[in-house]
Amino acid sequence: MPVFPPTRHSVIERLRTHGEAGRSEAFGDLVAGYWKPVYKYLRVRWRLGREEAEDATQALFAGAFENAWFDRFDPDKARFRTFVRLCVDRLVMNSQQAASRIRRGGGQQVLSIDFAGAEEELLAQTHGLPEAEDFFKREFVRALFDRAVRALRKDCLTRGREVHWQLFERYDLRADERPSYAELAAEFELTPGQVTGYLAQARRAFRMHTIAELKALCGNADEFRRESRDLLGLEIE
Amino acid sequence: MIWLPDSTVEHLTAVAGWPEFASDRYEVIEEIGRGGMGTVYSAFDTALGREVAIKIGNALPSTELQARLTREARVIARLEHPGIVPVHDFGVLADGRPFYVMKRLQGQTLRAFIETAAPPLAERLRIFERICEAVSFAHAHAIIHRDLKPENVMVGTFGEVMVMDWGIARTFDDRSDPGVAGTGDTAGSRPVIETNAGTVLGTPGFMAPEQSASAGQIDQRADVYALGALMFMLLTNHAPPHDSGQAIPDLDRTPTIPPPLKSICRCALSTSPSDRYHSVASLAADVARFRERQAVSVHAEGPLERTVRFIRTYQTPILLVLAYLVMRALIAIFAAV
Repeated sequence: MPVFPPTRHSVIERLRTHGEAGRSEAFGDLVAGYWKPVYKYLRVRWRLGREEAEDATQALFAGAFENAWFDRFDPDKARFRTFVRLCVDRLVMNSQQAASRIRRGGGQQVLSIDFAGAEEELLAQTHGLPEAEDFFKREFVRALFDRAVRALRKDCLTRGREVHWQLFERYDLRADERPSYAELAAEFELTPGQVTGYLAQARRAFRMHTIAELKALCGNADEFRRESRDLLGLEIE
Repeated sequence: MIWLPDSTVEHLTAVAGWPEFASDRYEVIEEIGRGGMGTVYSAFDTALGREVAIKIGNALPSTELQARLTREARVIARLEHPGIVPVHDFGVLADGRPFYVMKRLQGQTLRAFIETAAPPLAERLRIFERICEAVSFAHAHAIIHRDLKPENVMVGTFGEVMVMDWGIARTFDDRSDPGVAGTGDTAGSRPVIETNAGTVLGTPGFMAPEQSASAGQIDQRADVYALGALMFMLLTNHAPPHDSGQAIPDLDRTPTIPPPLKSICRCALSTSPSDRYHSVASLAADVARFRERQAVSVHAEGPLERTVRFIRTYQTPILLVLAYLVMRALIAIFAAV
């Protein structure tokens, strides 16, 4: 089956061209895709305390929404992912220069974000401190897959494909040693051929969701093509 | 909450990049190898109900790489030999990358086999001869491999030996199919080894000196050199040094290697192509002679060496004659008493 990602405009296109309702929805997608890399970046790279990082994350997205910061993105200068990271850097530097703390709430729009979950993930990460861009990229990919996996789960469960999801979860989401297809076949009372087939279908759906999510989070079509190639090794026309 | 640790993210990154075939015939199982030119996956062929290996060009906008993979498939398809992995199918992915489907081999690379199995000398020589047979067959079809190394030889679980990765193979005969030969790289029987981009291809330590020089011209004796390097590894358990002149002193410092094998290896690893075996067949013939305890063409035996070899060769008749003589002597002694 060829790679034909679902038709979904980039988040920037949606922010710029849709009405207020569409803009809010696009912004919601943007926050959902970027808040976790932003928060972890603030915690790890900028060494902000938990509350400070939460405030800064809220401030970034609230400021971006109110002041249309992301509308200034120029795809000829950088990838959108890099642009978001630079916005974070600027926000932190400005707040440090002014020596003013960002007050929690403070009349600003408060977004519903699961910071506690991100903290748990940070604690589970044992790696050293990579370069800023690498760190942000890796967290961006993790957040991307997180959303794609959730979408796959929902997709499988609503379409009565529980076994597809369970096999994918048991094999592809496993962090330690993966079971063999024969072991999975015995566990699920399937043939190894069925396991191969179900996993192939689940992975195909996962790939589609990943591509759709990535497309939604890129600045434009060119960036999407570059990101597909760089992050996933895919050539998508 | 779904928590994705680094190892899972890494795996999902690979899964997201797995190929999408135009039909549902092949279902990818896992990635089994990755090189500069392409990635090899194990997959299930749903039409024939068997596991296969699929090599797919890397997702890079490089027409040279794509052309090389296509050429590799055609080269292998032309070489039907038990020592060369057969190609079952060829196609192009939706994104334009070529792929070919081949037999899925169960086994390990020669390097891994040497390290884990620690085979005896006789088994090492058997493997070497099988490699020589496959390469010699390719030479008979005017194709030189140009990248023979332990990673490109597979030893199967039933002892079968397969020469893999014909990605930079070239013809040395202008009678060949142009689809296989590529364009503009043959000059009678002496091809230029540059790629279109002028890059030298091969692996240091296993690459003949004339192949290392980007403007050099090579023929089948480049593969003879690489086979000499493989033999070096089979005899010493380690890869030859990158400097081609260093391999022979290393060989001489290893006392456990039989002198005729050292001579064979030394001849194959000669810096000048004219000093090497002129063909893989002649190299293999010398190895076979050694195995059969016959005189090796490139080794000058001393009288003691010749005597020892004679005794080893005719061990049984010599023992029988000696036993007979001893018995006769004992009978004569008892008769005299």
